[in-house]
Amino acid sequence: MTLIDPTPVKVSRRVKAQVAPTVPGRRGLRRHFRRYWQLWVMAAPAIAFVAVFAYVPMYGIQLAFREFDFSAGLTGGEWVGLKYFRQFFESPQFWTLMRNTVVISVTTLVVGFVAPIALALLVNQVVGRRRKKFLQTATYLPHFISIVVIVGMLQVFLSPSSGLITRFLEGLGITGVNFLGDTSAFVPVYVISEVWQHCGWNSIIYLAALASVDTQLYEAAKIDGAGRLSIVRHIDFPALVPTMIVLLILNMGGVLNAGFEKIFLMQNPLNLGVSEVISTYVYKIGILSNQFSYATAIGLFNTAINFLFLVITNQIAKRVANTSLW
Amino acid sequence: MRLATLRHRSPGEIAFTVVLGLTCALILFITLYPVYFVVIASVSDPTLVATGGVSFWPRGWSWFGYDQIFADTRIWTGYRNTLIYTAAGTALNLLVTLPAAYALSRREFAPRKVLMLFFAFTMFFSGGLIPTYLLYRDLSLLDNWAVFVLPSAVNVYNLIIARAFFEHSLPEEIFEAATIDGANYFQFFLKIAVPLSMAIISVIGLYYLVQHWNDFFTGLVFVRTYDKQPLQIVLRDILISNQAFAGGAGGAGGTGGSYAQQYADQIKYGVIVVSTLPVIILYPFLQKYFEKGVMIGSVKG
Repeated sequence: MTLIDPTPVKVSRRVKAQVAPTVPGRRGLRRHFRRYWQLWVMAAPAIAFVAVFAYVPMYGIQLAFREFDFSAGLTGGEWVGLKYFRQFFESPQFWTLMRNTVVISVTTLVVGFVAPIALALLVNQVVGRRRKKFLQTATYLPHFISIVVIVGMLQVFLSPSSGLITRFLEGLGITGVNFLGDTSAFVPVYVISEVWQHCGWNSIIYLAALASVDTQLYEAAKIDGAGRLSIVRHIDFPALVPTMIVLLILNMGGVLNAGFEKIFLMQNPLNLGVSEVISTYVYKIGILSNQFSYATAIGLFNTAINFLFLVITNQIAKRVANTSLW
Repeated sequence: MRLATLRHRSPGEIAFTVVLGLTCALILFITLYPVYFVVIASVSDPTLVATGGVSFWPRGWSWFGYDQIFADTRIWTGYRNTLIYTAAGTALNLLVTLPAAYALSRREFAPRKVLMLFFAFTMFFSGGLIPTYLLYRDLSLLDNWAVFVLPSAVNVYNLIIARAFFEHSLPEEIFEAATIDGANYFQFFLKIAVPLSMAIISVIGLYYLVQHWNDFFTGLVFVRTYDKQPLQIVLRDILISNQAFAGGAGGAGGTGGSYAQQYADQIKYGVIVVSTLPVIILYPFLQKYFEKGVMIGSVKG
């Protein structure tokens, strides 16, 4: 146990506080602040920023159940109950939005979850530290390119007449597809570019897990005559499972979080039927058309579903695999 | 030597090595070639680029795109704004995040569990866009340059990384020794913890820096005045909305059609290079820090 007070006088009392760190009563509280006021001062700005910029908007969620009133601001006017939720569920947009959001985010979630694992297993097989390092470093470079530039690159590369990728695919015999306009191309283009950009970055954590595998296991497997593929299957892959579970839980918390920025930037009048998702709709309804209460309700619906999925996945993981976030 | 060992391998082993090598080469190509192509296309003859005449090295040098870019004030205004927002934002980020992370790393600080919950909860639940927008309006942050700096002061993920580093990488003995010498928390943090933690400070500093540099959302939703817009918004207008350039529509001399498109594309390639260059140039020097952040973050959230 460490003693933390600068003045080394009241040692005995301090030790007692260490044994029972809860602070009961006013005297205990005063003692706590006398001892730790500096830590409170250090934490205070962060607490204040998060309180204002994260918790005050949460308080403003009540707007979803109230009529927006310009003079009342954040907390809204009259209570209207579930009016705006009902309006959303009954709107002709609802099923389209839900379908688009689920298709885009679930595809991204599945492909974006599997790809980094495959890449990590692959890179781990490369012999030689420097080659491995180079491959790893090269693959996560795109992670730092901004979304605007990524979408800009997609537009020039996929441009119907002169785009680099369009021409390449024509060479392979794939012709007549307008990758930027056809509704069937939107999800593949979105997901593949997503994997291209983030796969390398997301594999770092798996490579770290692989680096910590006990080398004796490999030696033992080789002596038993295991080939490289079966080593991957029986030693490397199981070593990744705990990391996989944690990341899966975290990803499930964003199950309806189809990335706003990229989808918004990729939208055009031709693909809007498959590219309008909840977050872009909230932006258009709320910010662009000022239907604040309605947009807040839709946003809350989205957040609540995400949160529900996070909790459910966490519970399942806790029971099945004994791994959980909390 | 490598050939010698190859001879002793089974056919299956050799096949594995060959497939592995080819796959890795393919992955490298897919990752790096698009980036490389943008660079060579930005200095090549636009007609050759459009017809597939440019593949591995620049052909028919043309500086048209860069001439246009350097003459365009929007990009440089955006660049200046982004530099200011990034510098101010990252400075505030570090000033707020590091002391808090340190406080939360002290095991004897009993409220830290509750405080961690307070922070971590915001990673999974939020008020949503509209309440946030209305809050900014009430705080007069709309169309105000401070909106690029203040709301993003704390990134909880970075806070957790920094806390994990302080907790696991600073030897407790140093703290005990300093305490005996009469150092208080402030002194210990400033004189010992910070100098010993330059690795993690670089990591989260870089994370914050990239976050500000690439921030597009804030400008889109909360800022109207074009003079205040960051680089990413300007990029959007040029790259995606195909907005006319200073030198005329798409920069082409009135010939129109695909000819104009070629020149517009060359400007786009140039704009991508100019806007992404800082990150790409710094990349080889910084990449070891980036990785370190992921490793530390994965220790335990």
